[in-house]
Amino acid sequence: MNRVSDKANTLRTQFEQLGALPVETAILQPAGTLLDLYGEDIRGRAYITSDALRGEQMLRPDFTVPVVQMHMERGADPARYTYAGTVFRRQEDDESRPNEYTQVGYEVFDRAEPISADAEVFALIASALGEAPVRASTGDIGILVAAVSALETSDARKAALLRHIWRPRKFRALLERFSKPAAPRDILSVDDPFANAGPEIGLRLKLDVQMRLDDLCADADVAPISKREIELLDALLNVRAMLPVALEQLRALAIDLPAIGSAVERLNARMVALKTRGVDVAKLEFETSYGRSLMEYYDGFVFGFYAETHADLPPIATGGRYDALTKQLGQGAEIPAVGGVIRPDLLIELEGGA
Amino acid sequence: MTIKLGVPSKGRLMEKTFEWFGARGVELSRTGSDREYAGAVSGVEGVELVLLSAGEIPRELAAGRIHLGVTGTDLIREKLSNWEQRVDELALLGFGHADLIIAVPDFWVDVRTLDDLDAAAAKFRARNNFRLRIATKYHRLIRDYLRQNGVADYQLVDSQGATEGTVKNETAEAVADITSTGETLRANHLRLLDDGPALKSQATLFRSKTADLSDKERVDLAALIAKLALT
Repeated sequence: MNRVSDKANTLRTQFEQLGALPVETAILQPAGTLLDLYGEDIRGRAYITSDALRGEQMLRPDFTVPVVQMHMERGADPARYTYAGTVFRRQEDDESRPNEYTQVGYEVFDRAEPISADAEVFALIASALGEAPVRASTGDIGILVAAVSALETSDARKAALLRHIWRPRKFRALLERFSKPAAPRDILSVDDPFANAGPEIGLRLKLDVQMRLDDLCADADVAPISKREIELLDALLNVRAMLPVALEQLRALAIDLPAIGSAVERLNARMVALKTRGVDVAKLEFETSYGRSLMEYYDGFVFGFYAETHADLPPIATGGRYDALTKQLGQGAEIPAVGGVIRPDLLIELEGGA
Repeated sequence: MTIKLGVPSKGRLMEKTFEWFGARGVELSRTGSDREYAGAVSGVEGVELVLLSAGEIPRELAAGRIHLGVTGTDLIREKLSNWEQRVDELALLGFGHADLIIAVPDFWVDVRTLDDLDAAAAKFRARNNFRLRIATKYHRLIRDYLRQNGVADYQLVDSQGATEGTVKNETAEAVADITSTGETLRANHLRLLDDGPALKSQATLFRSKTADLSDKERVDLAALIAKLALT
């Protein structure tokens, strides 16, 4: 444990020397904010406790949310932060996974040049990992979002797909459903849909039901998403190659999918920025789908570093852009933000010191 | 020492369990006064009856404090993670049938499936600024089930009893509960989703995989299992 905290302190000091402000957060976080953000699933991954006075509290499952909150309340603009401390994760399936471990993080809140901030965070994390035998995977949720937003279909269907981008299986099921004529629903063809229904009870009102019936009616007339568009989306989702190769594949796809053009050029700009910072981009994997089953708050650039020698280890470091999170926690305010975390315990293991 | 057999301490579940064992030549009975939780076993050697709340039997099996136990599949799956690694299913007892279901108000004529529920939850959250609430005591099972089926924008609220009343009382918008006939649901103007139950449960005899056995206990356990014709 001492070696882990020594390592954590060393890493944090490095980030401090690069200009990041060291911050600390409480271990007990109000559960409401986190539940509202992550939904019910977080209960399966975090420890929740309670007292009669403050109600439900959660043992900090990560630093990002409290750091964002702190920044939105009183942070300088722009700002760079670093931290080191324990996070707690409930483990219900795999006893070999620790339920508490140390994270060291680096977070950048900067409006000026998001692309350059992406590259900065990635390069700093990469250099902090030193000579450890790792390979990096990257992705960019923004490209898929751009492609879905431009589908030739109703806004309601696009919204449904965007809402489930982080649930690949459900996303696929929706896409399949939207590529066929809408299945007929008996309830839409009767004179009074409420004729045999029970009384109105609870907070979801009859009005809500009626509104959704109207939505279903409208949806029944929407033409299926064309086979061509589905194929293009599939091709996009299947892009997986070293970054320079992936970029060329995406540019080729952008001829038929002009909507992703600017997102793809952002990817190019990021590649250039990474190169400038000394990252060997030819050895960087890129996958359109990467990060889709990670935390829902990543909405742009995403990355993870994996042990080359220990395939069973969780990622040594992960990170990404989470602009939408700052909007949700900012109560009206928002700021582009990107960050990453390292697990010093895994790093020591990889360096052969475990 | 003896083989400890955990059986629900009251009601129909206890009586049916006694009958099931009795039909196989193992007589279980309560001893002492009606209020005393003590029991006796005859027909086999070295087996002790432990009367427990059905809800505590999974925990006792997992901890190895009892060797055998009768409880519902639903309770085992709700309370034990990796339950297959902790207990063996020895026999389905053929009673105590119950389905873990999700039910919504009957007048939600737009909601027939989990996909509908997901779409309704999205709209509900946007309009009400909180997630659609589902009242249940089966948190783990329902959370896993809803995640596997891609339902988002809901929250579970704990309800340890009278769950069917929570919608009318406006403490939840939908419920997830165990039902055998669905009558209480209908009486409370609720309707099952068309997808079928999240889990079908019945009373089941489990064997702990963690309980220690002495040589004598091993022999007694084998004799009991043979008597129950489970091998």
